[in-house]
Amino acid sequence: MTLDVSKIRADFPILQRKIGDNPLVYLDNAATSQKPQQVIGALTHYYTHYNANVHRGVHTMSIEATEAFEEARKKVARFIGAREPESIVWTRNISEAINLVAYSWGDTNIKSGDEIVVTAMEHHSGIVPWQQLAMRSGAELKIIPRTEDGRLDMDAAGELITGKTKMVAAVQMSSVLGTVNDVKALGKLAHDHGALILVDAAQSAPHMPIDVGDLDCDFLGFSAHKMLGPTGIGVLYGRPELLEEMPPWMFGGDMILTVSYEDASWNDLPYKFEAGTPNIADAIATGAAIDYLSDLGMDNVLAHEHALTEYALSRFSELERVTVMGPTDTKDRGGIISFMHDTIHPHDMGTALDQMGIAIRTGHHCAMPLVRSYDVVAAARASFYIYNTQDEVDLLIDGLKQTEEYFLK
Amino acid sequence: MMGGTSGLGDLDELYESIILDHYRNPRHTDPLDSPDIDVEANNPFCGDEVHIQLDIEGDSVDGVSVSGQGCAISQSSASLLAEMLDGKSTEEAMEIVTLVRRMMRGDELTEEEQDELGDILALEGVKRFPVRIKCALLSWTALEDALQDRA
Ligand SMILES: Cc1ncc(COP(=O)(O)O)c(C=O)c1O
Repeated sequence: MTLDVSKIRADFPILQRKIGDNPLVYLDNAATSQKPQQVIGALTHYYTHYNANVHRGVHTMSIEATEAFEEARKKVARFIGAREPESIVWTRNISEAINLVAYSWGDTNIKSGDEIVVTAMEHHSGIVPWQQLAMRSGAELKIIPRTEDGRLDMDAAGELITGKTKMVAAVQMSSVLGTVNDVKALGKLAHDHGALILVDAAQSAPHMPIDVGDLDCDFLGFSAHKMLGPTGIGVLYGRPELLEEMPPWMFGGDMILTVSYEDASWNDLPYKFEAGTPNIADAIATGAAIDYLSDLGMDNVLAHEHALTEYALSRFSELERVTVMGPTDTKDRGGIISFMHDTIHPHDMGTALDQMGIAIRTGHHCAMPLVRSYDVVAAARASFYIYNTQDEVDLLIDGLKQTEEYFLK
Repeated sequence: MMGGTSGLGDLDELYESIILDHYRNPRHTDPLDSPDIDVEANNPFCGDEVHIQLDIEGDSVDGVSVSGQGCAISQSSASLLAEMLDGKSTEEAMEIVTLVRRMMRGDELTEEEQDELGDILALEGVKRFPVRIKCALLSWTALEDALQDRA
């Protein structure tokens, strides 16, 4: 079964919007996705009908809010194949999830002489927290390089991951190249050497089925806003035995069990890592986003985007002066296409396309070292989701042709 | 066909024909042998780069070279700057920099001030595209810094 895209589009109020005189063609999904009415409705419903703080009241609304909040956590757990809901920690986004691990686990376990291995494809939030941890601890940060065709050099990975390695952190789908990395194989390499693996699923969780059991990863994180959910909420999955051992990294209400003026003890998982009143509304709406995706079926989401990417790549090949970064075949590749023109700067392309209602991303895509490895400082990027169509791909390609004509005559 | 594509809407407001002309045929790009002022500026976020070299004779700009790479706005703006500078006193150059800044801020300019800007007025449309103002100002800021350092 493929997706019924016109039915899906009807669920997204924003897709009715015009940019100037043109209908919106939203191709910046890797930055953030649009939200269906079901998610917007979950937010309004909570604030309209049972807004209350969680985990502390005996009154009806607090009980309702707590139940909905915890039910959303269970939905996240099921969505990624985690057996225990307490392995799911709410964070603000994946950046916070990675920071949590780098501070809590990292500061306890990483010492001078240890090595942390990341890939050349990490987003800044998959580099900088580890870089800082390395600086704090005297550990060394190693980078698994990419190959010419935009894939991870797994041979190099085999050499870089050694007995000195304590943590491997890898992005499952590159936000620039669309490459889907074999994080399961990286996890095996890590575990064979007694290291852990953290998977950055920011771009994969929205677009493909994920099973933390099958991946056999120790940590995994993502942001709700890239998968139909609201901004301001994300998820850290951690193997419960590991989370259990890790110290809290923020302190306050909710995360404590008992407090005296001299000392405090910590609450159970996952609350130990959730200091203060959590983002209740957005957690509940994340549950609604996951319901929406689960109803479509992640296999169908993947198949839809696979077909769209294949079509888009074939149309991009018509543009002689445009180079696509990353794999040009659709094997292990998601719906993210970064590209550059031999003359026209990405910002000029972005501004021109915007005049036609087409939203793409331009810049370094928060992956400066990776983009620079292509000898450019900036690129343009189109990225797809469940509501995008072949017609929209055609509009993009036509738009690029018009842009070329405009600037170069 | 320049700037006439219907789908491209208001694009001509940003990319006036003078701008596209300077972008396609930048002025004063030949490097100077022993410049008195030699500055590079770049915007790491979008990768725009400009390289400005000036020969100063007494109080006046006696030779200009401006080169770089980046978007049409940053590069045409740099070329317009090069064209403006030739033969100007450093004081006059600073005045123009101030005018360009005021234009980008959306200040009302007097007719005299507009005359003084000349072709540079073509950059006025950029102010309606806030994210691109940085591109337009890159070379002007670099020039300002260099002249201030010298003063
Ligand atoms: C692969 C990857 N990791 C991390 C992030 C950071 O996500 P957030 O800004 O929601 O923390 C992004 C977002 O662009 C991403 O694409």
